[in-house]
Amino acid sequence: MGRQLIISVGREFGSGGHIVAANLAKHFGLPLLDSNILADIAKEKNTSEDFLRKYDESARNLFFSRTVNGFSNSPEEVVAQMQFDYIKSKADAGESFVVIGRCSDYILRENPGLVRVFILGDEEAKVKRVMERESLSEDKARSLMEQSDKRRKYFHNTHSDNKWGDSRSYDITINSSRLGLDGTSELLVKYIEFMTK
Amino acid sequence: MVIATTLAAIVFIVMFVMAAMDKLSRVAAMGMAATGTVLLVFGIFTGLSGDDTGLLAKIVAVLIFVIMFVLIIMDKIERHIVTLCCGLATLVLVFGICMKSFDAIWSTLNIANIFTPGFWYTAGSSEESSAGINWATIIFIAGMMIMVEGMAKAGFFRWLCMTLAKLVKYKVVPLFITFMLMSAVLSMFIDSITVILFLAAVTVELAQLLKFNPIPMILSEVFCANLGGSATMCGDPPNIIVGTSLGYSFSDFLTNTGVIAGISLIFVLVYFFLIFRKELTEAGKNNIDISTMPDPKEAITDKRSFIISIVIFLVAVVMLVTHAQTGLTVAFIGGVIAVATLITSGKHSLELLKKVDYKTLLFFVGLFIVVGGLEQTGILEIVANFIEMISGGNVILVVIIIIWLSAVASSVVDNIPFAATMVPIIQRLAEASGLGAGYLSVLAWSLSLGTDIGGSATPIGASANVVGTSVAAKHGYPIGWGRYLKACVPATVLVLLICTGCIFLRYGAELGL
Repeated sequence: MGRQLIISVGREFGSGGHIVAANLAKHFGLPLLDSNILADIAKEKNTSEDFLRKYDESARNLFFSRTVNGFSNSPEEVVAQMQFDYIKSKADAGESFVVIGRCSDYILRENPGLVRVFILGDEEAKVKRVMERESLSEDKARSLMEQSDKRRKYFHNTHSDNKWGDSRSYDITINSSRLGLDGTSELLVKYIEFMTK
Repeated sequence: MVIATTLAAIVFIVMFVMAAMDKLSRVAAMGMAATGTVLLVFGIFTGLSGDDTGLLAKIVAVLIFVIMFVLIIMDKIERHIVTLCCGLATLVLVFGICMKSFDAIWSTLNIANIFTPGFWYTAGSSEESSAGINWATIIFIAGMMIMVEGMAKAGFFRWLCMTLAKLVKYKVVPLFITFMLMSAVLSMFIDSITVILFLAAVTVELAQLLKFNPIPMILSEVFCANLGGSATMCGDPPNIIVGTSLGYSFSDFLTNTGVIAGISLIFVLVYFFLIFRKELTEAGKNNIDISTMPDPKEAITDKRSFIISIVIFLVAVVMLVTHAQTGLTVAFIGGVIAVATLITSGKHSLELLKKVDYKTLLFFVGLFIVVGGLEQTGILEIVANFIEMISGGNVILVVIIIIWLSAVASSVVDNIPFAATMVPIIQRLAEASGLGAGYLSVLAWSLSLGTDIGGSATPIGASANVVGTSVAAKHGYPIGWGRYLKACVPATVLVLLICTGCIFLRYGAELGL
C-alpha cells in the first residue's frame, strides 16, 4: 500500500475490539501496536518493562503527583507520554499500523492517513465474553468491565479534548454485538478501503 | 461559632443521607467533607477565640482559601487560573459583598505601594507590609526569570555542569559530591527548578555515558537544591515572601538561615554518601574512556551572550549581598537585572520575554489576594491566637510548632501559599508575645527553614523534587515514592533536628531563655 494508513481502534472492555483490530492488521498487512510497544520503549529507554506495564493506560493519582512547568512526576503520565512519543514518531516516519487505544485517535489527529474507529458492544454480550475469556463469575466480570472502562475513559479524557466513546470523536463507531467480530471486521475493512480509495 | 458549627452539622447530615441513598459521587463527597470540616474547624476556632464578628466574611474567605488549596492539589486546572479566580472571588465576595469595604480591596491590591520611593529604595528597614499583593516578590522573581533565561540561552548551566565534571575527571564519587555542592550553591541565587532542570538532565547524560544509575545523584541534588534555597533571601520563594514582607535583607538571611543551611549541608553530604556509597563505588569501577566525553565549550551557544550573562549574574549577586548597605530593594534589583538582560540581548529580547513564566507570576498575584482575604477578615489572627493558646505562651513550643508544622505541611502541599499564609501569623505571634523584633526574626528563620527543608521530604513537596523525578522518569529512571522517601525522609528529619538545635543554641537571648 503506497499511502500511509493508520487505524486507531478505541474499544469498550469486552467488546472484542482487540480481536477486530488484529483482524484489520492481518487484512491490511500492518503491524498491530498495543501494549507490545512497551517492550520496545523499555529497550529504548533502558528501563524495566514491568514498570511501564504497571502504569499503562492508567490515570494519575491526584494526591501523589504534581506538575511543575509542564514537568509531571506522575509515573502514569510519564509512561503515557513515552507511548505517545513512540506512536507519534512512527506516524511521523510515514509508517502504517493499527494502534489500539492510547489516545491515538487524538494524538495522531493531524495525520491525514488516520482512520478512527470505536468498537462498543451490548452489555450482556460483553459480560459473557469477559466471563469466558477471564474465567470469572458474572458479578466479577461485570465489575472488571466497569472498572476497566472507567479507567480507559478517564485516561483518554485526561489526555484528549475528545470524549472517549463519543461518536463525534471517531470516523466510525460500531456495535460488535450486531454483526459479530468477523462481521464487524469485514464491515470495517470495506469502510476503510472505501475511505482510502 | 453556633452558625458555623450548625452549618457543618447540616453539611455532614446531608452527606451521610446522600451516601446512604448511594447518590454521593467521589467528587461531591470530597467537596462536602472539606466544606464541613472547614466550617467545623472554623466554629471551634471562633468559639475558642470568642471572636464572632464579620462571620460571613470569615466563612467565605476560609472557603475560598480551602477551595484554592484543594484545586491546587488536584492539579486539574492550571494553578494560576485557580489562584486568580479565587483572588477575584475574594475581592468580590469577601471584600465587596460581605465587608462592603473598598479600602480592603485597595489595600490588598497594594498598587499604590509600587509608586512610593520606599518600594524601590530603602535603608533596609521594614518598609514592606505583608498585607495584600507582595509586588516586590513578583517583580524580583520576574527579573530573575529573565536573567536565568538569558543564562540558559547562552548555555551557561550546561557549560558549568560539564566543566565541573571534566575537572573531577568524570570520577563518580567526586562528581556526586561536586554536583551536590553545585546544586546547593546555585540554588542560593537561582530558582531551584532551573538548577535541577539542567543538573538532572546533565546527570542522566553523564550516567548514560559513564554507565551508572543516576537516581542516587538526582535525589541528592534535589535535596541540596532545597537546602541551598533556604540559605538566602532569593533562594526559594517562601524566603522572598518572608524577606520582603518583614523587611529582612539578603545578608540577614545569609548570616542566619545561611549559616544553619551550611552546617546542615556538611551532614547531608556525609549522609547521602553513606547511604549511596555501595552504588557509587560500584559505578566508579567502570572503565570509561574520558576522551569520548562532550567538550564543555560545545554547550556555549554564543560567546558574547555567555560572557554578558555571567557578568549580569555576578552584578545581581553583588547587588543582593550589599542591598542592606546600598538601600536598593529586591524589587529594584529585579527590575535592573531584567532591563540589563533585555538590553544586552538585543534582537533576542522578545524571545526571552516570551519565555518568562507568566503563569507563576499570576499565580502569586491571585495567591496574595486570597491570603489578603484571610488577613483582612481576621482569620489569621484567630489561627495565631490558636497557636498561642495551644503553646500556652511557651516560646520554645511556638518555635518548634512553626518549624515542624511548616515542614510537615510543606512536605505535602505547595510551600508558597503556606509561607504566604504564615507570615502574618508569625507577625501576630511576635506582637502578642511582647518579645519584639528579635523574637519575630527567630520565627521568620524557623518558618523559612521549615518550609524550605520540609519540602524535600516527599516527591511532591517542592518544585525541584517534581522536576528532578520527572526528568529522571522521562529518561527511563523512575523514582517511586518508596525509594524517594527512604532516602529523603531521614535526611529531612536530620536537617530539621539540626535547624531546631541551632535555633535554640543561637537565639536563646531573643527567646528569653
